[in-house]
Amino acid sequence: MSAIGHHVPESMLAAYAAGSLPNAFAVVVASHVSLCGQCRVALEAHQNVGGLLLEDAKTVSVSSRLKADILSQLDAPYRPEPVYDRSGIYPGPVMETLKGRKPRWKNLGRGVRQDILSEGKKGSVRLLYIPPGQAVPDHGHNGLELTLVLQGSFSDETGRFGVGDLEVADEELDHTPVADDGDACICLAATDAPLRFHAFMPRLLQPLFRI
Amino acid sequence: MIAVRDRRDRNAFAALFDHFAPRLKGFVMRSGASDHQAEEIVQDVMLAVWRKAASFDPHRAQVSAWIYQIARNRHIDIVRKENRPMPEELREDPGTEADASQIMGLEQETRHLKSALDKLRPEQREIIEKAYLGELTHQEISTQTGLPLGTIKSRIRLGLERLRHELKDLKS
Ligand SMILES: [Zn+2]
Ligand SMILES: [Zn+2]
Repeated sequence: MSAIGHHVPESMLAAYAAGSLPNAFAVVVASHVSLCGQCRVALEAHQNVGGLLLEDAKTVSVSSRLKADILSQLDAPYRPEPVYDRSGIYPGPVMETLKGRKPRWKNLGRGVRQDILSEGKKGSVRLLYIPPGQAVPDHGHNGLELTLVLQGSFSDETGRFGVGDLEVADEELDHTPVADDGDACICLAATDAPLRFHAFMPRLLQPLFRI
Repeated sequence: MIAVRDRRDRNAFAALFDHFAPRLKGFVMRSGASDHQAEEIVQDVMLAVWRKAASFDPHRAQVSAWIYQIARNRHIDIVRKENRPMPEELREDPGTEADASQIMGLEQETRHLKSALDKLRPEQREIIEKAYLGELTHQEISTQTGLPLGTIKSRIRLGLERLRHELKDLKS
């Protein structure tokens, strides 16, 4: 836990606490917080700010029957939301997105595999499996990309990322992540816009792989 | 809240309702919910408070912070029809005694945070409120709230001290 060196930026934790982060990124942030005590405490601090603002909120009187309504429902049966526990290297929020199933890997070539967990207009989140020594083709970003390492490690122009580390990449960054020697690198990656591959082949394959 | 959690005390819950329901309604309406929708969210949140009471941990959260978090979840659920993924909960070893000094530490930290918030200029306060009502993207938060977030950050650093002690006793 103490080895984590790359954390969630403060503004992103605040947005997560407030619920304004798009779902794909929220999955990654929740997963990092599940692994990282430092960001957990920072998140709790943000929730405390939210709580103070709630305490200070201008009160608006509620209709008279609301309280009786609620009190009468206290014993009513209800279906608790399922709780997903960590399974192996996958933190609870990943298991939740997987709905408890195992990853279904699809080959992308050269041993690289992915499982798209969710995909929508506001972004996508996927698991990536990169064999040791293998590179993800050189690319830039049209938006934001969050990558959380779950197993092994990778390195790129900005540094080395091990288990629990979160890389935040944006329009400014062009990089070629390479999985380090040792275990295959398994990452949780979220983007809100397609990547920009520089080489011709990956660009050609892009629609196929929906990256 | 502890009476609600440990004894399922309905009177204590009614008192929580009297305190928080009008605040929740005001809070939710500020972010644009209609009167009707706001009451629906208040109802949802208060029922969740009752049902999830077992997961309230006074070592880690003030009651208002815990309810804020539930309120944001229910709001997203009802308005955006989305589910916000939540981090795994920390599980305390069964039989962990309440640690009064830690709870006091959290209260003290929250008081400091409150006085920091109270010192903000109205326009800064406005931005902070928008941010925590979920109306700013993270880019907007990083460009607009620099100073207030700086204050928060110094509080967070203190929180780290607290956590270091605590994690020794917790399994992750
Ligand atoms: Zn962290
Ligand atoms: Zn990238």
